[in-house]
Amino acid sequence: MKIGELAQLVDGNVVCGHAMLDREIEYAFASDLMSDVLTVRADKLLLITGLANMQAVRTAEMADIPAIVFVRNKTISEDMIQLAEDNGIVLIESPFTMFRASGILYSKGVKPVY
Amino acid sequence: MHFEYRVQGGDFVRAGQASSQVKKILKQLNVSPNIIKRVVVALYEGEVNIVAHAFQGKIYVDIETDKIRVVLDDVGPGIPDIDLAMKPGYSTASPIVREMGFGAGMGLPNIKENTDKMKIASVVGVGTRLEFEVNLKE
Repeated sequence: MKIGELAQLVDGNVVCGHAMLDREIEYAFASDLMSDVLTVRADKLLLITGLANMQAVRTAEMADIPAIVFVRNKTISEDMIQLAEDNGIVLIESPFTMFRASGILYSKGVKPVY
Repeated sequence: MHFEYRVQGGDFVRAGQASSQVKKILKQLNVSPNIIKRVVVALYEGEVNIVAHAFQGKIYVDIETDKIRVVLDDVGPGIPDIDLAMKPGYSTASPIVREMGFGAGMGLPNIKENTDKMKIASVVGVGTRLEFEVNLKE
C-alpha cells in the first residue's frame, strides 16, 4: 500500500515528507516501545506509535522505517519534523486510537511482522 | 578510519546523533543497507544505554575494509550482574527513560543479535565498556 493511501485511511494529516507518499509499505508494527521496534527486521515497515518524541523519529532513522503514524492526536514538534525531513521520513498525525488505526490498516492488507 | 563521539548522560534530545553520523558514513562507503541497519541499531541501543544509565561516555568507531569495530566507554554506575542485564526483559531503567520509549530490557540482547562479536565489561561505581564488531562484507 502506498503511504499516501494509508494516511487517508487513518484520517491522517501528513506533516512532512509529501514527496514520498508514493513509497510502498508492506508491514506495520504498532508500539510505544522503541526497544521493541528496534528488534524488527522487516523492510517497507510502517511504525504506528503514540510516542511523539525525538526518539521515535531517531528509531525510524536507524531502522530504515519510511513512515510513522502518530496516533491519539499527538502533536509533532518542530525538532521532530526537522529530523524527519533530514532523513526522508514521512510523519503522519492520526486522531484514531492505536487499535483503530491498526485495525483499519490490517483489514486493508498491511501485514503484521509476526 | 577512526571516529570519536562524546555522549552526555540524560540528554535524550541528542541521543542518537552519533549513530546518525555513523550511518551517514557507512552509506557514503556503500555498505549494504542490511549491514548498515545492523550496525546502527546496535550502536543506537548502546548510545541510548549511555544516555539512560551513565553520566557521560565516549564512542570510538574504527572502520576497516572488512569490518567495523565500536567501543562504547562510559563513566557511570556500572552493571553489577552482566548475565542478568543480558536477559531479555530485565531492566533497571528509570521512569523517565521508559517515557522516552526505552528501558524494556531489550537493548543488550538486541545488540548481541545484530553484531558478530560482542564483549561487555563493567566495574560497579566506575563504568561500563561495551565493544562490538560487525563484518561489513555479506
